[in-house]
Amino acid sequence: MAGESTFVYLPYLMGGVVTTLQITALAMLLALPVSFLLALGRMSSFAPARWGAGFVIELFRGTSAVVQLFWAFYVLPFFGVELSPLAAGVLVLGLNEGSYFSEVVRASLKSIVAGQREAAVALHLPRFYTFRRIVLPQALPIMVPPFGNAAVLMLKFTALTSLVTIQELSFRAGLLRSNLGVSSDIYGVVLAIYFALAVGMASLVWLAERAVNRWAGREVIPWRELTSRRASPAPKWAFRR
Amino acid sequence: MGIVDRSEPMKATASQGRPIVRMRGVRKAFGPRVILEGLDLDVGAGEKVALIGPSGSGKTTILRLLIGLTEPDAGTIEIDGQYLWHSSRGGTLERADEAHARQVRRCVGMVFQQFNLFPHMTALQNVHEPMEQVLRLKRPEAKERARALLARVGLGEHVDKRPSQLSGGQQQRVAIARSLGLQPKLMLFDEVTSALDPELVGEVLGVLRELAHETDMTMLIVTHEIRFAADIADRVLVFDAGRVVEDGSPEIVLKDPSHPRTRQFLRAILER
Repeated sequence: MAGESTFVYLPYLMGGVVTTLQITALAMLLALPVSFLLALGRMSSFAPARWGAGFVIELFRGTSAVVQLFWAFYVLPFFGVELSPLAAGVLVLGLNEGSYFSEVVRASLKSIVAGQREAAVALHLPRFYTFRRIVLPQALPIMVPPFGNAAVLMLKFTALTSLVTIQELSFRAGLLRSNLGVSSDIYGVVLAIYFALAVGMASLVWLAERAVNRWAGREVIPWRELTSRRASPAPKWAFRR
Repeated sequence: MGIVDRSEPMKATASQGRPIVRMRGVRKAFGPRVILEGLDLDVGAGEKVALIGPSGSGKTTILRLLIGLTEPDAGTIEIDGQYLWHSSRGGTLERADEAHARQVRRCVGMVFQQFNLFPHMTALQNVHEPMEQVLRLKRPEAKERARALLARVGLGEHVDKRPSQLSGGQQQRVAIARSLGLQPKLMLFDEVTSALDPELVGEVLGVLRELAHETDMTMLIVTHEIRFAADIADRVLVFDAGRVVEDGSPEIVLKDPSHPRTRQFLRAILER
């Protein structure tokens, strides 16, 4: 019966969608370099770097994100650090994700078989070149699917930032509900919006996966072959010893 | 340019016949397993040496020591007159750092049993990129030389293929071209045909044979292909349990071995 008012307030909800997407994008953008830094730190031959990275990872993984948000927004000002709600939200979510994702990065980098590194040593290749041109192109395609996972999780994780007064999607939905009292409609719409966003994001990740594979020089299966019903040829290794 | 600087002392040492490899009292253990103990080994510049012996006898470890993939627990390794892990200051040896070792082992190349090509690069990229990085060549020149090398190992038509599109024998030939691109004075071949299907072994051995006959590069070849070893090597070393039990020309070592272990090993391998 209040269905009409839900659609009237759709533009208001869309404002929340923009904020949600903004925080998701910024937090993931922060998480990416953080995860690489932490992963490389943990793999470093320099012990203090390993300890430091390990401490940061355990700190963010081991404490509640809600409490971290409160700290960033309500406690840091006592130490003279004033963050805007957006900055606090992005910082906490980004560092959180960066800590979790650093383990994915580390595992992917370690998954490159020893023979590749040995070849690089035997060819006297500079260390940075080895990382950039040999390790990374082989490790990156492995990281993309879990990164997509993390991005979709982040999308829903952003609801947490409503605790520091950010008017993202779920915050605005809550306001509408308490003012208009139309829970079922509004949360139905919000559910649909989150779902649409997540699906859109998954498609983006799929495209990113193909782009990364192409950049890394991996074979990308053409779309037509992927959708055809023709049985694909047996993998080559099936005939090898 | 870097290559010109390096080539000067090379000629001098080669003409003096100074050993390009000199190992003294080398020990290497992995945990409680002692692989090499008190190993002394000299290899003269230009020599083609076949290393044979049962698996686990330390042959591969010697190659890995020479290219710096592992460090010896004790003893010294000299490559082309320079200590690999030490620097001599006023007659006393001091432990040298990684950078020193990198510079000394620059003239060594290695080809692996499992090829270890970079799977995301074409055959050409596998060869020309290391040349750019290490020899500091400009890309067009590196590519041109890489093409010539690939043609020389019979892969002129396959330069733009990825390793996954090549047979094992072709991959191994790319790996050989990749190492040759860096103009090593000492090449190490670690069972380079052991991972190949039997019908592909010949094409790789053919490349090795050609290298042995047509270059004055020093070659250390770990192999189980006894007849091949007898054919191209100037010298055969038989290893057993981390020691050289036989050292001499292929005629003497393979036809008339003095050590009972060698006889046993040769019989086992020839009766395959």
